[in-house]
Amino acid sequence: MTEQPLNPQFSFTDNTAARNRVGGLWQVVFRASTVVGILALVLLLLNIVNQSFGYVAYEANVDPASLAVNGVALADLPKEELIKVLQSKISKASFTKLDKDGPFAKRSSDEVLGLVYERVVEFEVQETWLFWDSLTNKAGIEAQVKKEFPKAKLTFESWINPGFITRPQSSNPVIAGIRTALLGSLWTILFTIMVAFPLGVGAAIYLEEYALDNWLNRLIQTNINNLAGVPSIVYGILGLAIFVRGLEPLTSGAIFGTVDPTTANGRTVLSAGFTLALLVLPIIIINAQEAIRAVPQSLRKASYGIGATKWQTVWSHVLPNAMPGILTGTILAISRAIGETAPLVVIGASTFITFDPSSPFSKFTTLPIQIYQWTSRPQAEFRNLAAAAILVLLMLLLSLNAVAIVLRNRLSRKY
Amino acid sequence: MTLSADNKPLPPGTFRGAGPTVSKKVLIMTESLKQLENGYPASRSGLHKRLRPGEAIIQGLLFFAGFFSIFTTIGIVYELGKEALLFFQMPEVTLWAFISGTKWAPHANEFGVWPLVTATLMTTLIAMLIAIPFGLAVAIYLSEYATPKMRNTLKPVLEVLAGIPTIVYGYFALTFMTPLLRSIFGSGVVEIYNTASAGLVMGILILPLISSMTEDALSAVPRSLREAAYGMGATKLETAIQVVLPAALSGIAAAVIVGISRAIGETMIVAVAAGAGPNFTLNPFQAAETMTGHIVRISGGDLSYDSIDYNSIFAIGLMLFIITLTLNIISQQIVRRFREVYE
Repeated sequence: MTEQPLNPQFSFTDNTAARNRVGGLWQVVFRASTVVGILALVLLLLNIVNQSFGYVAYEANVDPASLAVNGVALADLPKEELIKVLQSKISKASFTKLDKDGPFAKRSSDEVLGLVYERVVEFEVQETWLFWDSLTNKAGIEAQVKKEFPKAKLTFESWINPGFITRPQSSNPVIAGIRTALLGSLWTILFTIMVAFPLGVGAAIYLEEYALDNWLNRLIQTNINNLAGVPSIVYGILGLAIFVRGLEPLTSGAIFGTVDPTTANGRTVLSAGFTLALLVLPIIIINAQEAIRAVPQSLRKASYGIGATKWQTVWSHVLPNAMPGILTGTILAISRAIGETAPLVVIGASTFITFDPSSPFSKFTTLPIQIYQWTSRPQAEFRNLAAAAILVLLMLLLSLNAVAIVLRNRLSRKY
Repeated sequence: MTLSADNKPLPPGTFRGAGPTVSKKVLIMTESLKQLENGYPASRSGLHKRLRPGEAIIQGLLFFAGFFSIFTTIGIVYELGKEALLFFQMPEVTLWAFISGTKWAPHANEFGVWPLVTATLMTTLIAMLIAIPFGLAVAIYLSEYATPKMRNTLKPVLEVLAGIPTIVYGYFALTFMTPLLRSIFGSGVVEIYNTASAGLVMGILILPLISSMTEDALSAVPRSLREAAYGMGATKLETAIQVVLPAALSGIAAAVIVGISRAIGETMIVAVAAGAGPNFTLNPFQAAETMTGHIVRISGGDLSYDSIDYNSIFAIGLMLFIITLTLNIISQQIVRRFREVYE
């Protein structure tokens, strides 16, 4: 093999300047890409905040101020007074019908207030403005409202407010709330945790502590890795076929004889919880496996050395030490489940219900589904509502993640 | 000195708890050893493994928990396969028309899957056009250029981006990206619902997935390779592109394939922003319905069992499952086969 003779003119520093220039240029490109990624996150959040606050022009059939009784504002009236207001302002027939739908004695004060707004005040949103416009173009907005909607009242609204969280769903954007959806989410997640946590941790213990290296256990492991990559909507179809349809007697509560009068089929909280449990199970297993693997072997050996059985070792030494990791992984899986929309749409979560879910066999809606439903509506005011609901959802997820980080930092031990 | 349970001193040589004293145990053991030497079975002697029914039951339960995921897979394959079979057995549907048809109109008995597939391919392509270059650049920056402090701040931020529910991205696509596109290209060109907007936002969603997997792969390349390159006089960029990147190629390929699989299965962004109604087009500014978007729309309404619509979502779901599963398996194989192992 003959070696290429070096170019006599070659000098080591020949094109260093040019190469460094190219290097510097690309460094800027790489850094800019990272900034773009961060910028996307900021834009996403700003867009939501922008939609959650701003001026609203609405007209009311009856001015709510005129409904105040003895100087007490409408919103602060006790339930009995509200019922009286309702009775005096709407026809007897429609009042009786409302009472028949849900006896007033059983309705909450918020609910009655909602009815007063819906039936008597009859707010109608004419137009809404974004936060940015409201800040920068106040005079322009006021002029526009005066010209286009002379009767309308212009107020600066925060679409996210305490009432928004505690009020039930309504078709009127001014009084619509997310209580039904929040409760639906909580009910669903409760069943997801009840199923997925024990199964997931059990599977992780089996795979890490008990499983021998044979084809069956390798198959189980590969299968779990593959299931983690299956699109969530496929789980929705599976849930529809198995839980909603196949196990309808169980998920609708028929075999317990407690069929909720509001449901006629298996599209219940229970089906949703089970479906989401299948979805997050692989995530919980993989995270729990990592946590269990991180427990040093010496702890197990020490436990066996003093005569503990396998389960005693796992229960009293491996699990307590792996628990922070397992809980962190579970919380992350749960936050995935809380934000999941597609599978629940497929199993047929209701998009519009105004009553709270009260049992595993209730019809339900969840926060992301509520957001989806509001987003799909063409009217701008529902987009504002969706943005407010997104803020609630993000805050919920953020606090869950904060708990996970605290757990990881506080409880984890170093060996 | 050992104490018994009631704190009374025990005679020396006794072992705490019930059972024979240590000296007795030693005796038994020596005897059983003797028996072993003589070829006697060591039964009754205490050396054999004791049967613990409790332990066996627990092990059985744990095995069930582990095996449960197999049931999930069987459930998916069985249910999707069964209903998809029913779909293809319907007189209106033929497998050939499903695979080759370019029109999906259940009411006109047209069941060509291509409009849904092209929409899926288009959103996926647009998403990957964003996610691959940006994801790689972010990963290279984080792994090769950023200071450890910078990396420790930026990585969680990107993780937050990956943890936001997809419905929020859908909202972002509809209320931010679409108006932006319409103001750039003109609202006559860009429809309110379009695949470009959905694809771009999907790219933002998948960017952190690709960047974090790629960053892991790059960080796994040993320091010595970089030092060797620097020793040869290579610049930082040349080291990153010509040495580190090729060494981590299998991990990067896996990341890209996982990203593609994720984009194909992504649902809520396209359901909100890409449009409702199958449309056989390659124009990214037109509304079109992807496979996932179609499933959501059909099942969102009142769906009666055993109708052709009901069965069709299983057929499309089966297709999705097969495509994503294949991609995921390929990705795992790439990692396993082509992983460079350094000492």
